[in-house]
Amino acid sequence: MQRIRLRYTKRGRLRFTSHRDFQRAFERALRRAEVPMAYSAGFTPHPKVSYANAAPTGTGSEAEYLEIQLTAARDPEKLRALLDESLPAGLDVIDAVEARTSGLADRLQASVWEIRLDQVAPAEAERAVAAFLEADTVEVERRTKNGLRTFDTRAAVARLEAFPPPSDRPGDGGCAILRLVVRHLTPAVRPDDVLSGLRATADLAPPVPAAVTRLAQGLLDEESGTVTDPLAPDREAAQAAPTAAAELTAAMAPEGPA
Amino acid sequence: MSVESVFPQLEALLPHVQKPIQYVGGELNSTVKDWNSCDVRWALMYPDAYEVGLPNQGVMILYEVLNEREGVLAERTYSVWPDLEELMRQHNVPQFTVDSHRPVSAFDVFGVSFSTELGYTNLLTALDLAGIPLDAADRTEDHPVVVAGGHAAFNPEPIADFIDCAVIGDGEQAVLDMTEIIRAWKAEGRPGGRDELLFRLARTGSVYVPKFYDVEYLADGRISRVVPNRSGVPWRVSKHTVMDLDEWPYPKQPLVPLAETVHERMSVEIFRGCTRGCRFCQAGMITRPVRERSITGIGEMVDKGLKATGFEEVGLLSLSSADHTEIGDIAKGLADRYEEDKIGLSLPSTRVDAFNIDLANELTRNGRRSGLTFAPEGGSERIRKVINKMVSEEDLIRTVATAYGNGWRQVKLYFMCGLPTETDDDVLQIADMATKVIAKGREVSGKNDIRCTVSIGGFVPKPHTPFQWAPQLSAEETDARLEKLRDKIRGDKKYGRSIGFRYHDGKPGIVEGLLSRGDRRVGAVIRAVYEDGGRFDGWREHFSYDRWMQCAERTLPAFGLDVDWYTTRERTYEEVLPWDHLDSGLDKDWLWEDWQDSLDETEVEDCRWTPCFDCGVCPQMQTEIQIGPTGRKLLPLSVK
Ligand code: SF4
Repeated sequence: MQRIRLRYTKRGRLRFTSHRDFQRAFERALRRAEVPMAYSAGFTPHPKVSYANAAPTGTGSEAEYLEIQLTAARDPEKLRALLDESLPAGLDVIDAVEARTSGLADRLQASVWEIRLDQVAPAEAERAVAAFLEADTVEVERRTKNGLRTFDTRAAVARLEAFPPPSDRPGDGGCAILRLVVRHLTPAVRPDDVLSGLRATADLAPPVPAAVTRLAQGLLDEESGTVTDPLAPDREAAQAAPTAAAELTAAMAPEGPA
Repeated sequence: MSVESVFPQLEALLPHVQKPIQYVGGELNSTVKDWNSCDVRWALMYPDAYEVGLPNQGVMILYEVLNEREGVLAERTYSVWPDLEELMRQHNVPQFTVDSHRPVSAFDVFGVSFSTELGYTNLLTALDLAGIPLDAADRTEDHPVVVAGGHAAFNPEPIADFIDCAVIGDGEQAVLDMTEIIRAWKAEGRPGGRDELLFRLARTGSVYVPKFYDVEYLADGRISRVVPNRSGVPWRVSKHTVMDLDEWPYPKQPLVPLAETVHERMSVEIFRGCTRGCRFCQAGMITRPVRERSITGIGEMVDKGLKATGFEEVGLLSLSSADHTEIGDIAKGLADRYEEDKIGLSLPSTRVDAFNIDLANELTRNGRRSGLTFAPEGGSERIRKVINKMVSEEDLIRTVATAYGNGWRQVKLYFMCGLPTETDDDVLQIADMATKVIAKGREVSGKNDIRCTVSIGGFVPKPHTPFQWAPQLSAEETDARLEKLRDKIRGDKKYGRSIGFRYHDGKPGIVEGLLSRGDRRVGAVIRAVYEDGGRFDGWREHFSYDRWMQCAERTLPAFGLDVDWYTTRERTYEEVLPWDHLDSGLDKDWLWEDWQDSLDETEVEDCRWTPCFDCGVCPQMQTEIQIGPTGRKLLPLSVK
């Protein structure tokens, strides 16, 4: 029994994939790649996959995480390449480690988001960000399954900055980039809630929908407002003590069904 | 000419619509070919929502067949939901293909596959969104050729004004033949414009171009004749028939959508056609003769398809899957092969008389013996003779008893209401059958918690069937009959609670009837409904009977006609039917005799196992029955 943790992306047009859609696509990719999955018991057995904290439909992501359970050991990097190839371009598997520690989900304390605001002047975005950061609380409303609810967005924001776009991507009509670090609290504060907050505090009203991408998830360093790689502890543990499983896999080349 | 993707404009709208993933393409096994290195470009549409259209086998097959060809590309488009339609209109985003998001109007051919007539209003929506004139007569050389296919195209007259041509029968070879004609015409510099191209297609005798045919009417509204109005255009247009399914192992790489769709399985068509001769069944009549895919061909397709898709279920498709001459070996072979892989097997359409419980048991080896479906179609022995569904009550009860005895808990029975010559009594006997099924089930299983669900729909007479002359039962009478049946089932103290009852009211059937047996004049109704906002007529929540009836009342009186004239009116032998010039191979006199036999409650055998009964198809289409057994076995696959 081996557990492998994977980092994957939702890029470009495939950012419109809902989490449910991704789950089905991923389980099929597992079948195509003939990964020796562990299955749940019962009438309709499901492959054992745990997903953590998926990004909302419509937002891109460079940092989604999941963990799979195998019945036979596999080399994480080879498995990653196999799965990456099996998934449609845009759903890319970009990192894999063997799970050596517990609590991946607990390490996903905060997210770094990039928000691209087309047709918004960088100066205007900076002004709005300053107003937002100045406030003690920024209440917004969101429609949830249980009706309209009001909550504070300010407390969840660990860091928020506005930039002009990189010079190689000038947008016509101006464009501002926000970089946002949000703590994962309950209720979850999402990038669009922060945008509502910017509208509430500083009347920032982008004329076109924002393009939102999650850049990272992990442990939050409160001091610097930075987020660290949640797979790092597994990687370190692996370097310190390679498992029998990994050795076995290395000895058993050729690898798997590929 | 370079054609830009409209994705950037579309992308801005997607955050505001339901299930945006359905519009972005990028499905596993989809193909995007280089626009400029292809000279014939097809946009293929299934005129319903993506979740219904994507799994459609017909479109998937043509998409692959065309894309495999050098210099030819095919992309797919589906109906957009009203939320996106509204935004597209506001922001001038045209109907697009999901593959490379090119405007549909930029393609050479716009091929639309109609499984049902209820997609007609969606065709108009798509044309309008694409910026293609609704009337074929208003199109220029720069517009795509709009071609209809699919089962509903066997009577394309109601949409004759909106399409440029129709192809009836199997599409695989037909689209390739059309492609060559279009390629040659383009290479020559488009001589003679659009008309010349349509003429070249029409003169082959296998592409129907409505504008080259004039319909003449009698004073009473019936058709007097349909005549070609141009020399070189044949009087009748024939259907296409593909022989040897093993040569067409499509889809090889079925599309795997990201969005959730209605069927998510690896489907293999195990045979095409059906000769059982059920008189109500248009599919059975127009797809003759029977052509089986070999057991080894099936085995290979399943293997490759599962590898290409990762699906967890295999569907063995056909009009009556248990009728394949080697179905037992196929099912057992596949069940053996995939036992370890947790792959489910299903036979989506099976018939009670052919169904064998061993087969069902084989398909469900890994548990899940939840429900079995049978389709006796008619409640009484008499009405089953009328429709030529030869199954005796005794057989049915015996089969069902075996099912319950083998651990199945739930049996679903399909019926139709409104069949020719039907009386209340025929329908009420459905309740008797259901109670007998439950009684027998309780007896053999020794349990009280078994269930039987009766599912019943209104019968719609269809072109190219023996019932094409029959009067359709009105919506009111259908509903009244169904209510009586419901009351009888509910009123049964002993068994009523074990019987589920599902039915559809008679209203949608009347609209389907109007469209199925309609002629060119019905086009005015379709247009009026579309203009009034009619969309997605196959969806209960979008379908509006009142709108259809109001639009019919506005348009049909101009011709001295009404909806009843098209639906509840019985036709005579002499009447020229709107689809008579479209040749499905069935001999009209044979169909008429079969209609008369039906009224006499005389049955006809299946020509697969008994001598040919001269329906006309094989000699007319130069085809023949192609069945096994081949005697071959499904080989276990070597190491995985
Ligand atoms: S022509 Fe004869 S053999 Fe062919 S489908 Fe008709 S009845 Fe069957």
